[in-house]
Amino acid sequence: MTTIQSQPYIVNVGPQHPSTHGVFRMRVTLDGERVIDVEPVMGYLHRSVEKLAEERTYTQCITFTDRMDYLSAMSCNFALVLAAEKLSGVPVPERAHYLRVIFAELQRIASHCMGAGQQITDAGAWQTPLLYMFREREKILDLFEMTCGERLTCNYMRIGGVSTDVPEEFLPALRTFVAEMPHHIDEYEELLVDNEIVLARFKGIGMLPPDVAINCAVTGPNLRGSGVNWDIRKVDPYGIYDRFQFDVPLGEQGDCYDRMMVRLKEMRQSVRILEQAMRDLPTGEVKTPIPLALRPPVGEAYGHVEGPRGELGFYLVSDGSPAPYRFKVRAPSFINLTALRGMVLGGTLADAIVTTGSIDIVMGEVDR
Amino acid sequence: MTRLIDGPELAARLRESFAEAILEVQPGWLVIAREALLPVMTHLKGDPELALDMLVAETAVDYEAHFEMVYQLASLRHNHGVVVKTRIENKVDPETDSLVGLWQAADFQEREIWDLMGIRFRGHPNMKRILTWEEFPGHPLRKDFLWVERQGPPLLEM
Amino acid sequence: MTEERAFGMIPVPMATDLIDVEEGRAINDLIAASREAFPDSYAIMDEELQKNVMLTTVDAVLNWARSASVWPAAFGLACCAIEMIATAASRFDIARFGMELFRPSPRQADLMIVAGTLTWKMAPALRRVYDQMADPKWVISMGKCATSGGTYADGYSTVPGVRHIVPVDVYIPGCPPRPDALLYGIMQLHEKIKRESILRDRPSTTRT
Repeated sequence: MTTIQSQPYIVNVGPQHPSTHGVFRMRVTLDGERVIDVEPVMGYLHRSVEKLAEERTYTQCITFTDRMDYLSAMSCNFALVLAAEKLSGVPVPERAHYLRVIFAELQRIASHCMGAGQQITDAGAWQTPLLYMFREREKILDLFEMTCGERLTCNYMRIGGVSTDVPEEFLPALRTFVAEMPHHIDEYEELLVDNEIVLARFKGIGMLPPDVAINCAVTGPNLRGSGVNWDIRKVDPYGIYDRFQFDVPLGEQGDCYDRMMVRLKEMRQSVRILEQAMRDLPTGEVKTPIPLALRPPVGEAYGHVEGPRGELGFYLVSDGSPAPYRFKVRAPSFINLTALRGMVLGGTLADAIVTTGSIDIVMGEVDR
Repeated sequence: MTRLIDGPELAARLRESFAEAILEVQPGWLVIAREALLPVMTHLKGDPELALDMLVAETAVDYEAHFEMVYQLASLRHNHGVVVKTRIENKVDPETDSLVGLWQAADFQEREIWDLMGIRFRGHPNMKRILTWEEFPGHPLRKDFLWVERQGPPLLEM
Repeated sequence: MTEERAFGMIPVPMATDLIDVEEGRAINDLIAASREAFPDSYAIMDEELQKNVMLTTVDAVLNWARSASVWPAAFGLACCAIEMIATAASRFDIARFGMELFRPSPRQADLMIVAGTLTWKMAPALRRVYDQMADPKWVISMGKCATSGGTYADGYSTVPGVRHIVPVDVYIPGCPPRPDALLYGIMQLHEKIKRESILRDRPSTTRT
């Protein structure tokens, strides 16, 4: 009996490849179709943000945050202004708090539309669920454009509030959106929950045990998909999140299917928060005036939010000058990728692509 | 609310076993000696009352006289967190211990610190650059990294 | 691993280390070689040129065929890629121009839309994808990062404009440009294609 001579073979996946994660490269060592080693290579979008931020004022740094996690610009803005406010002690008016929550949750829905959509596109459902979800995403981007003039890189939050008040047509439009969104989420669930192909491609793929997830500091829907109940909005509420009632959906097994379902269910909870925030929105100012070149006292602060991808944090060190001395980003996608190798080993290459999609990385954040 | 265990309380908890490792006690964080990093971190992770099972963030700051390593740890069980710092006085060839054995989350973050700050981690299995490329001249996030104002593509000089 | 499989194989960690160093050297060489930008061709603006060059019927047919179904190669790098996807989605619908097929393979593509910031680490890959495209090919530089380095122009790792690596036909400003702006840029490219002629050489795609 002769054994077949075979050699492991290194294949490059990326950095230019059709999945929409951006420029991510994996050097995969294959034995036939089985993955025996994977080495993620990143840095193809390293734009030297941390160095450039040391020469910009804190308000100018907010524009960098839009472009880091470009699918959830509002959440990134939120995290930076929280850190800067901790550092400098600037108070925030009530209306601004509610507006921040409204926009952060709208951004979460938009980001999960894209996140869940491209995960399914990676599995081969070429664009149908993505186009359905983009329909909702466009409505949310209209709401953003109505308020701050930009669809994607919003630059809306400011240290001490938000930059402008919402126009008159915003609240009726938001009310319409919130009324019809649950029906659309029902539509997605109808397409995806019992879908034979989704179950075959996602169930049991990319398993992430909870203790491994905690050890790799995975956060966000990836951690909750493994059954760990850790949502920064609940355990360490920032802003006024402790005033809202919402559930935290959890997965059971930690496979790709659970992560996708967690994202879909989180969209529903975000709609709940939006209803409550709209109901309680007070009148008043939206911004505390601060100097153009804000000089926080010497010190450091860490501000974090529950972004759509996980815990997004900013560690700012100030030496009294208008620019930060150290601008460190705790990027969730970068740290979530620590778990990739464990999730992918032993599976096939096609499963590796689907697993990478289910972690929902955004390269702007991974590489900064 | 995640309770931040402040410096004095953490110092009190560590005092029986690691009294000589505590260098400085601040309201927000604790500075420990670099040589005692691994024993202290093992204790912080393993002690059932502290149970700091998640390494939230690891970063380095380049001050004039030293590098400062900042570790942010959190416990999911008890919902509390700590901030621990160490200092590296050697600015020419800085080195410290790697925490990859305790928390796998340190893997990419330490590679990033090596890439951007130039601090080596003993015991890390794969000490390669991660964000810039392998032959990149220097460590960009250091305060003495110069890149000349360009009239064209940047001239990278060290 | 059995004896047969181990035979003749380089241990994997060492192999990828060598690859990394080699790629790093290639990037440094590319930085040194990319000081000058490719010159821009102004064919679309030139009214004089229109009067002087007579387009033949062959030209008219060829140009119509080429401009009516330009297939883009997906080269989304950063945030502009999301607006590119939004252009391909149902609201802005790039399919009405015959361009909804974003080809993963550059061999089948006519147009490379560079959407997002180009870093030096990515630049060799960009050049390689561009070289793999067959003639005639066009490049749209979408967004301010691709045009000039944008927000990150004075960073240590950003290419100050894609035109240092490949010749560009249309620049679309914006951060990110709205899908409408991308469609306008694409329509300008169609106009540019319609002014081409097989009697005239296409601009050079290499630096020499």
